[in-house]
Amino acid sequence: MLTLQSIKTKTGFMINFKVNDKDYSVDVSPDMPILWVLRDVLGLTGTKFGCGLGVCGSCTVLLDGKAIRSCITPISLVKDQNVISIEGVAAEHSTIQKAWEELNVPQCGFCQPGQVLSALALLKENPDPSDKDIDTAMSGNICRCGTYVRIRKAIHLAASMENELHNTKGV
Amino acid sequence: MKTESFISRRFFIKNMSLFSGGLLLACDAGGQGSTINAKSNNGNFTPNLFVELKPNGDLILTASRSEMGQGVRTSLTSVIADEMDADWSRVQVRQAPGDDAYGNQNTDGSRSIRTIYEPMRKMGAMARAMLLGAAAKRWNIAEDLCKTSLHYVVRTDSGEKIFYGDLVSEAGLMAIPDEPKLKSPDKFIYIGKELKSVDAGDFVKGIPKYGMDIKLDNMLYACIERCPVTFGSIRSFDDSDSLKISGVKAVHRVDRIEKPFGALGGVAVIASNTWSAIQGKNALKVEWDYGENESYSSSEFMEVITANVHKKGKLIREEGNVSKAFDKADTMVEATYNLPHLVHAPMETPNATAHVKEGSCEVWAPVQAPQTTRKEISDFLDIDLDKVTVHVTFLGGGFGRKSKPDYVLEAVALSQISKQPVQVIWTREDDIQHSYYHAISAQYLKASIKNNSVTGWLHRTAYPSITSTFIPGVTHGAGFEFQQGMTNMPYEISNVSFENGKAPAYLRIGWLRSVYNIIHGFSVNVFADELAHAAGRDPLEFRLDMIGSDRIYPSENAYKLDTAKLKNVLRKAAKNAGWGRELPEGHGLGLAVHYSFYSYVATVVEVSVIDGQLKVHEVFTVVDCGTVVNRDTVKAQLEGAAIFGMSLTYYGDITLEKGIVQQSNYHDYQMLRIHQTPMVNIEIIESSEIPTGIGEPGVPVIAPAIINAIFNATGKRYRSLPLKDFGMVK
Repeated sequence: MLTLQSIKTKTGFMINFKVNDKDYSVDVSPDMPILWVLRDVLGLTGTKFGCGLGVCGSCTVLLDGKAIRSCITPISLVKDQNVISIEGVAAEHSTIQKAWEELNVPQCGFCQPGQVLSALALLKENPDPSDKDIDTAMSGNICRCGTYVRIRKAIHLAASMENELHNTKGV
Repeated sequence: MKTESFISRRFFIKNMSLFSGGLLLACDAGGQGSTINAKSNNGNFTPNLFVELKPNGDLILTASRSEMGQGVRTSLTSVIADEMDADWSRVQVRQAPGDDAYGNQNTDGSRSIRTIYEPMRKMGAMARAMLLGAAAKRWNIAEDLCKTSLHYVVRTDSGEKIFYGDLVSEAGLMAIPDEPKLKSPDKFIYIGKELKSVDAGDFVKGIPKYGMDIKLDNMLYACIERCPVTFGSIRSFDDSDSLKISGVKAVHRVDRIEKPFGALGGVAVIASNTWSAIQGKNALKVEWDYGENESYSSSEFMEVITANVHKKGKLIREEGNVSKAFDKADTMVEATYNLPHLVHAPMETPNATAHVKEGSCEVWAPVQAPQTTRKEISDFLDIDLDKVTVHVTFLGGGFGRKSKPDYVLEAVALSQISKQPVQVIWTREDDIQHSYYHAISAQYLKASIKNNSVTGWLHRTAYPSITSTFIPGVTHGAGFEFQQGMTNMPYEISNVSFENGKAPAYLRIGWLRSVYNIIHGFSVNVFADELAHAAGRDPLEFRLDMIGSDRIYPSENAYKLDTAKLKNVLRKAAKNAGWGRELPEGHGLGLAVHYSFYSYVATVVEVSVIDGQLKVHEVFTVVDCGTVVNRDTVKAQLEGAAIFGMSLTYYGDITLEKGIVQQSNYHDYQMLRIHQTPMVNIEIIESSEIPTGIGEPGVPVIAPAIINAIFNATGKRYRSLPLKDFGMVK
């Protein structure tokens, strides 16, 4: 269906970087945001466009385990680095995604890849977050359907599932 | 992408009249006969357009309505599966393209379950009857010795069973029952339960394809610069800077289509990727002729319509004698309410992908009205309807915006010019500034109180009507708009009068989740609370008295407003919230109750106002929406409605100066965020009555309940929104 096409620029500037641990080399203008490289050049459409200003969180991806807004981050900034997008998380089917599914969090689903990645960054940093920690970490992600009530519950559920997993492993 | 020609002409479409209004449904390959040859459809059993059973047992059920977060792909198909006694784990959902054969596909008006619950049951029951008949025939026994259970037909005498998949060919030869027998509700296996969304697993992995995720070979991307003032036109433009941007391929003028859902027109930048198209658009220099709507200032307009409701308006309905009641009053109360324009701002901006070929057109788009979309494309290209294919993608939210396919026509026009597939993407700025807006409104209410009860009620409303989008120049509201919470006000008052003030439109007015119920639900609920205060009575008791005796309002359809149900949801919400309990300092409770889309919803909210800052702590919503198909979906819709209602209460405000929308993105058209989210408790009333709406009815109660709770907490009454204007929310 999709023909991946390299988008030629006048500079012929090649950028090497990784997405979900896979190497890519793209010939795009260095100021093109990661979002559009993922979506239009690599065909990875799980990362969504919501605002283009970095204020809604739909485009969230991970860089060094931190949630970043790919719609305002130029591709040149991630040269030689590894970006984790929702497709990379999906391959592992993380505890967070299981918790999200369990509580039937998504409504339209459009913002959820961004929500999942922000939650992933939070739990990496803080395995047992309070409601307040969740509010702080997740307030950059808008959900117009209003699934926040369930997102909060799902993060707690993911945290407890993860802890249980560790405890079991410990034994 | 492959074109699905599921509804092929080789099928004789038999009118089973299973839908009200007589809808086409069962596919019959055998001409006038009443049998179908299952082999004629790839060896699968396809008793009707909604059911396809494969020999391996895979069951493909069709969802005819658009999925925009309301869970309709799950709920509609679970109804079919229930009547079929199908094993849910074997179900796959197929999204119907836009086609009249599916009956009305408009996904709006909170009508999916409400209008096609029964028809979907019949689709399933029809399939079940044919499978059961086929098994009975094979066993050579009477049908009443057979029953069905999770994808099997079981012989009741011996316990022997046949897998549905093994009956595919024989079932296809059975006569199609004219009136298939439906289950009794106590036999339901999915209806009324909490079935998980069929798409939840995919959603969390980023798998579903929304409109803007569609990728076609040789596809180009387009962004369009539109006139900042509605219906303005291009004087001239300079695209030289745009064309210098790498990836930009061409710049085209797009003409306005002067139809309700027509493209606005503008200058389109065509590029090899979205980013280049956006940059190209930003680099355009366009000189506009703003046209007559340049005169529009929403703040000045608010003054005009406020003046219009402060004088006698066009009489809509009157009973008794309001002036006489007013003359004899102990106390008179009056209030004016002002609410702003709103915009939907779904997370996924409008977008569409079109491929216009010689004499045909194929489109992939997130649309709430696929049939309208198809018709508009057919008209625009002047080709037959059956040459137009509309694939309905997932919708990243709709809220009424995506019922208007103007953005699809843009993609079609640009694909026609480019002779290639084109995807049009709206930026967030485009979405906020060129929408079909929820109407700005002014309302004036006046009532008389005598002996502690309300004796006269006058309600005047003025807002630009949605009708103005269809009939330019319309200056007054329409009946269906007044019935959204004004003229069908459920209070037992002998003397009532409803009037409508003049309000022309200066921009495209459209429906937004709950539509005019938002404004009328607000004014009526806040005013009733003001009356309780004026009468010196508890707002809950006073409101129950206002609703008054148990009675059923007459109507022209099956849905009747039943005041007993209205009181029931209100009492339950109050009980759940602990109405009357002692509250911490600075806290208050407020209530609202509203009937819309034939459902009854009451909400009580607990707020606090401390150091001038509002916080909503908890929301208690109770709904009576008749038969519930999916309890979890109903809960989710009401949870979401609370957040949607809070967003508009806190922040919702589209303002215009010189005809130009002043907001542009989520930083200045804000949404509620997780740190502001209260606990939301939902109770669903058990009911076996016909299902009523659920997507919208949860919204109108939220804003007035918050206003009433603020009054309870502080003694201060707010009569306009949004609350950010008062510095109460950050």
